[in-house]
Amino acid sequence: MKRLYKNTYLVLGTVMVLLLVALAFLVPALSPYGVEQMDMANRFALPGPQHWFGTDNFGRDLLTRLASGAQISLFIGLGTVLVSSVLGIGVGMLAGYFGGWIDAILMRIADIFLAFPAFILALAIIAVLGPGPVNLILALAAVSWTQYARVSRAMTMTERHKDYILAVRSIGVSPLKILLVHILPNISGPLVVLATFGMGTAIVSESGMSFLGLGVQPPTPTWGWSLAYGLKYLRSEPWMSTAAGLAITFAVLAFNLLGDGIRDHLDPSQITRKASRKSIDNAFQSTPSSKQTS
Amino acid sequence: MIGFVAKRIAQFIPMLAGVVVVAFLLVQLVPGDPARALIGQSATPEQIAAVREALGLNNPPWVQFYNYVVGLFHGDLGQSYFQKQGVFELIMIRLPATLELAFGAILVSIVIGLPLGVIAAWFRGTWIDAAALVFSQLGVALTVFWLAIVFMYVFAVQLNWLPAIGRGMPLLEAFGLLLTGNPQPLLKSLSHLIMPSVAMGLQGAAMICRMVRASMLEVLNQPYVRTARAKGVSERRVVWHHALRNALVPTVTIVGLQFGGLLSGAVLVEGIFGWPGLGQLTVSAISQRDFPLVQGLALCFAVLFGLITLVTDIIHGAIDPRVRDE
Repeated sequence: MKRLYKNTYLVLGTVMVLLLVALAFLVPALSPYGVEQMDMANRFALPGPQHWFGTDNFGRDLLTRLASGAQISLFIGLGTVLVSSVLGIGVGMLAGYFGGWIDAILMRIADIFLAFPAFILALAIIAVLGPGPVNLILALAAVSWTQYARVSRAMTMTERHKDYILAVRSIGVSPLKILLVHILPNISGPLVVLATFGMGTAIVSESGMSFLGLGVQPPTPTWGWSLAYGLKYLRSEPWMSTAAGLAITFAVLAFNLLGDGIRDHLDPSQITRKASRKSIDNAFQSTPSSKQTS
Repeated sequence: MIGFVAKRIAQFIPMLAGVVVVAFLLVQLVPGDPARALIGQSATPEQIAAVREALGLNNPPWVQFYNYVVGLFHGDLGQSYFQKQGVFELIMIRLPATLELAFGAILVSIVIGLPLGVIAAWFRGTWIDAAALVFSQLGVALTVFWLAIVFMYVFAVQLNWLPAIGRGMPLLEAFGLLLTGNPQPLLKSLSHLIMPSVAMGLQGAAMICRMVRASMLEVLNQPYVRTARAKGVSERRVVWHHALRNALVPTVTIVGLQFGGLLSGAVLVEGIFGWPGLGQLTVSAISQRDFPLVQGLALCFAVLFGLITLVTDIIHGAIDPRVRDE
């Protein structure tokens, strides 16, 4: 337990994610303003006691709207992580456990998905399916499952040769049960880390899509759309875009830090808190390429 | 080395084939009739039938795929629905602008990320190292389109230092004019290029910084570095001359990987800066549901990405013989 507190990233990341969840679900409940409630006398208000985050071009309360945007971002993020991890882990474990031609075929398919720049492939899929929350989740999952597949495949390949797997195989346990009951729990650590970074990536991509007008459609106040909309008023009223941009950055940073924190926690061998050089080293550990999106 | 290059190219070809199949399937999966999309809702059934025949849509899928592939070899990517021009021509007109932006961004990420990574490793554990850490965390979390907007507000709207939108003369042409003694066009082109490339390049800089720092620390602990120090080589020379050379090896791969992210970034940023490249074309193609164009662009982006990965792999092999023997 003491170790948990000493892991700065884990603490910071957890607090920030909790704040984000609180923003998404407490603010709409407690706010005196409605998401669509206009007040033309108070257009473009700067942050103040009345409106903590100011107001937009219709005098709508930005904090309430950002909170509503947070719900969407979290929903798309969770949905994407869920779909892509189930698909990716399934494919990866099958490929890693059975090897041979199953492995060859599945991994060639993954390679083709990796050949496209991720965000562009997601855009192309949205172009075909049309915009909307479910299609957005499908498109983002289609470009992110490969990471889970690669990691779970590599780890399954190592696990399956270990004695405990040999033991359960020799008593005739079915492959499906071996994979789900015996291997999955043992490879879950790094996958949880991957999923945490995946939340950040999905939130950036979602906001990018809605920035281009291809995500969840207006009037839903997504962060990306608010940003794009604020761009129209940038010359005179820069705050609108700024607020939405801060929200996106905060959310991504929250999940990236949490991911770093969980990774350090799972691999405590890397943490030696006595020497300060070491702790910066840990903080710097290059993270999986999952962070690379837009 | 020749064998290594041949092997890498041989691996590139099946990937290319896979990409072509996906690009073909993408358009097959579109709901509705492409012929109707092409000539509009008011078309008579006879007109639609004629267009279907002309586009070869009445052929079975495998014949269509064969024709598609044959077309590709002739540089024919089909016709755009809305701009009465070939997809290939549309892409080629805008490709240079996007490449200019992408290489500008790569330059920015190397120029910022590389020294920062080296210095962070050199001053490991000090406040300099910590500052580099904050930069690399924030750099990854800042979204490129927001950064672009912030830059635009600060440097174009408020300070009026840089032009907000548009692209100057193509850089190569501007260089040509510089040689004839006219530096103005080049300066103008560069002033347009700065903001979008910095906005796109910062994230890469953050990742290169992490990578360089990590590999520098690894290299600095090696016996040959200790030998260099022992024989009295100055610390500066050890870091920049002996260690950096080897630390650069893994960084090459990272730069290649980033190129995919940069192409995605171009899609988001070009619209903000009015940059006439493939990114803007992609966004308009998708909003107009111009599927042949979307298909061509997806293919083009994948080929670009693949080529850059191929080139960085080969460079990697050229500077590190160990990679070749794998």
